Amino acid sequence: MADHAVEHDYHLLPPSPWPFLAGLACTVWGVGMVAFFAGLYPRNAADPNGLMEFLFSRGMDMFGAEKVSNGGWIFLALGCIFATIVMIGWWRDVAKEGNTGDHTPVVQIGLRYGMIMFIMQEVMFFVGWFWMFFEFVLFRKERANWNPDVLEGASAYADSYGLNAAGNQFSTIGAWNLPLLNTLVLLLSGTTVTWAHHALIKNDRKSASTGLVLTFLLGFIFIFLQGLEYKEAFHERLANGFWLDSNIYGSTFFLATGFHGLHVLIGAIFLFSIWLRLIKGSMTPKQHFGFEAAAWYWHFVDVVWLFLFTFVYVVFAMG
Amino acid sequence: MSNSHDHKPGFFARWFFSTNHKDIGTLYLIFGILSGLIGGYLSFMMRLELMEPGFQVFDNPHTFNMYVSMHGLLMIFFLVMPALIGGFGNWFVPLMIGAPDMAFPRLNNLSFWLLPTALICLLISMFIPGNPSGDGFAGSWVMYPPLSTSGHSGPAFDFVIIGLLAAGFSSIFGAINFITTIFNMRAPGMTMHKMPLFAWSVLVTAWLLLLALPVLAAALFMLFFDRNAGTGFFDAAKGGDPEMFQHLFWFFGHPEVYIMVLPAFGIISHIISTFSRKPIFGYLGMAYAMVSIGVVGFIVWAHHMYTVGMDVDLKAYFLAATLIIAVPTGIKIFSWLATMWGGSLSFSIPMQWALAFIFLFVVGGVTGVALANAGYDAAVHDTYFVVAHFHYVLSMGAVFGIFAGFTYWFGKMSGYLYNKYLAAAHFWFFFIGVNLVFFPQHFLGMQGMPRRYVDYPAEFAFYNKISTLGAMVTLVGVLFFLLWLAEAFIVKRKAADNYWGEGANTLEWTLPSPPPFHQFNTLPRIK
Repeated sequence: MADHAVEHDYHLLPPSPWPFLAGLACTVWGVGMVAFFAGLYPRNAADPNGLMEFLFSRGMDMFGAEKVSNGGWIFLALGCIFATIVMIGWWRDVAKEGNTGDHTPVVQIGLRYGMIMFIMQEVMFFVGWFWMFFEFVLFRKERANWNPDVLEGASAYADSYGLNAAGNQFSTIGAWNLPLLNTLVLLLSGTTVTWAHHALIKNDRKSASTGLVLTFLLGFIFIFLQGLEYKEAFHERLANGFWLDSNIYGSTFFLATGFHGLHVLIGAIFLFSIWLRLIKGSMTPKQHFGFEAAAWYWHFVDVVWLFLFTFVYVVFAMG
Repeated sequence: MSNSHDHKPGFFARWFFSTNHKDIGTLYLIFGILSGLIGGYLSFMMRLELMEPGFQVFDNPHTFNMYVSMHGLLMIFFLVMPALIGGFGNWFVPLMIGAPDMAFPRLNNLSFWLLPTALICLLISMFIPGNPSGDGFAGSWVMYPPLSTSGHSGPAFDFVIIGLLAAGFSSIFGAINFITTIFNMRAPGMTMHKMPLFAWSVLVTAWLLLLALPVLAAALFMLFFDRNAGTGFFDAAKGGDPEMFQHLFWFFGHPEVYIMVLPAFGIISHIISTFSRKPIFGYLGMAYAMVSIGVVGFIVWAHHMYTVGMDVDLKAYFLAATLIIAVPTGIKIFSWLATMWGGSLSFSIPMQWALAFIFLFVVGGVTGVALANAGYDAAVHDTYFVVAHFHYVLSMGAVFGIFAGFTYWFGKMSGYLYNKYLAAAHFWFFFIGVNLVFFPQHFLGMQGMPRRYVDYPAEFAFYNKISTLGAMVTLVGVLFFLLWLAEAFIVKRKAADNYWGEGANTLEWTLPSPPPFHQFNTLPRIK
């Protein structure tokens, strides 16, 4: 059996360095995360001597805006760069294999399954954040009745946000300024990516290219506007008590929209790489799964934003 | 496509850059054994400490609790899951469904290589400050805040978070790979309803991983930012809710217990069928029982949280839903018994492990039905009764499933046969040992001995002593395991293609032992 010629269409691969290197990159990144955010030494800015202490003492406390900067960011940056190199190498191999015909119809079906399930797990990730949000929104009045003898800080919280009175007193971000604009930006990008897809199917590569460029540019515009919104919130955090460490609404708001923004960034880079492949001549009207995967991912990011906009911005602000 | 498929790459490329499901499965198994030994060492130290009242081994209760926490995390994420899903799943799902490899061979290797990363993070965490009481994280594998936020200010727990994120992504990628492989790469003629039960069990497990682990990832990120960025997800003073972590955690944690035991169910089905020389009784019922365990497993999580002060109606719901899981589980137990009924039984080593699995899993299942009752649970919550319960389903369910699979397939994987007598010694010492360890813990729990304490009053001394003696017997069993493993590789008795005979009729037995580097270049056809 062993020496027969291969008579199936599945994709067997030669050994590849990328997964092992990805594991190494993840180790560097993980050490960097801890060194940057937590540090391996207790915070002791008075005595920052020695390389180890520089690298591993508690990192820049950027959220309290208290700068005790140390070298933890070096590891984090190295890990990110390492991981980026691995991803570029890995996906270049995948693209090459796609161009040389290794992606037979059955392999393409497998890739589809894979991408669908990847998006499903992303959805479950956001389910966690929305679960957090809805539990807080729906039950925050009940939390005002928490027994302060049992739960430290409960009554202080209820008093400070007027949860015993009608309405809430949380500071929010106006939904109808930048967030509405961002909603329109993302919805528009959903149409441009569909335009690009249809153009590619009709073999109108110029329009496909234009559509893709517009899509990822709109994605980057979204991230820029989101950054602007965060920047304003940061500058006014002391005045209106709205930042990620102010209260549970701030925490949920910034982490949920922040992780969404990260996914927009990933999606935009994904689309950008697809555009690079398109102008280099790969992607045919019949076979362009990479394009479709990027478009699926983009629509997923879009839908998550619609939920965020509706509930975290609009409905919550209505009280 | 290249034609040189039976050319094995050189050592480094083969084991570090692997894209071969059998090699990756072997890596997983070696990894599982190593981390199992570390986790076993931790638990042995705990048992030595608890042999008598007072302090024996540990001078710091924090360190004892750190051992408890690391034992749990290592055994769950680094022994049971890698061995059952990564090891046997990788080895035998493609072979059983007649596929040449997994759907995404590189991704498969990434799933493996994220685990050493994760293990390194966890091991580092044991040696760096956890909180002012000592090194390492001592808040148990459940990681409840505020003990895991303000209670552990040191960086140890941050490493645990990163490690678990890496392990989680490893499992998510593995799950994507298994589901795609099973849906897309079955041999011609092998419909879902003809697929071997082990492949079914891995399919259900993979769905649970795919849908449960991202929620844990979200919860871990919340902990990370609560600790390091001042967010208030679990901080009541900022309006957060510490109980929410328990919900998020157990939404993952309950499917997790099925993740650990379902692949063992699959393995046991094959072994019972092989050594009864009969097809499994009620094949479709067996497959869909696993599916329903998987589905219902997602809606019972709060039965781990009966004592947080939840509403009585909610308790009634979670109680009822939990009891329903006993129905498909019962279908499996009775189908195994019915398979053996009238069969031509042979009590080989794997069959002994499988029979012990059924017996011990039923004990753990029965205490599980007892614990599902919120009223009873309130009485024994966080006592040794719970410890006994989940070790009966895991340390004797999942781990016996691992040993059953290992002794069943060892010849197929390595090409060598093991010494029956050494393997039998392994089984009997292990079987008697773990029962001595955990059966008395039921009594301790009902007498009210709480979990996670380094010391106890003299009233609990008797059963604790028996339990520790059991740990020593278990250790002898582990030594016999390493012994038969070494002996088999030294003596090199060649294994035939199908060394279990006619009862073993899945596709892996049609191949040589060990199978060629790439099998099924011509796909098998299933009638």
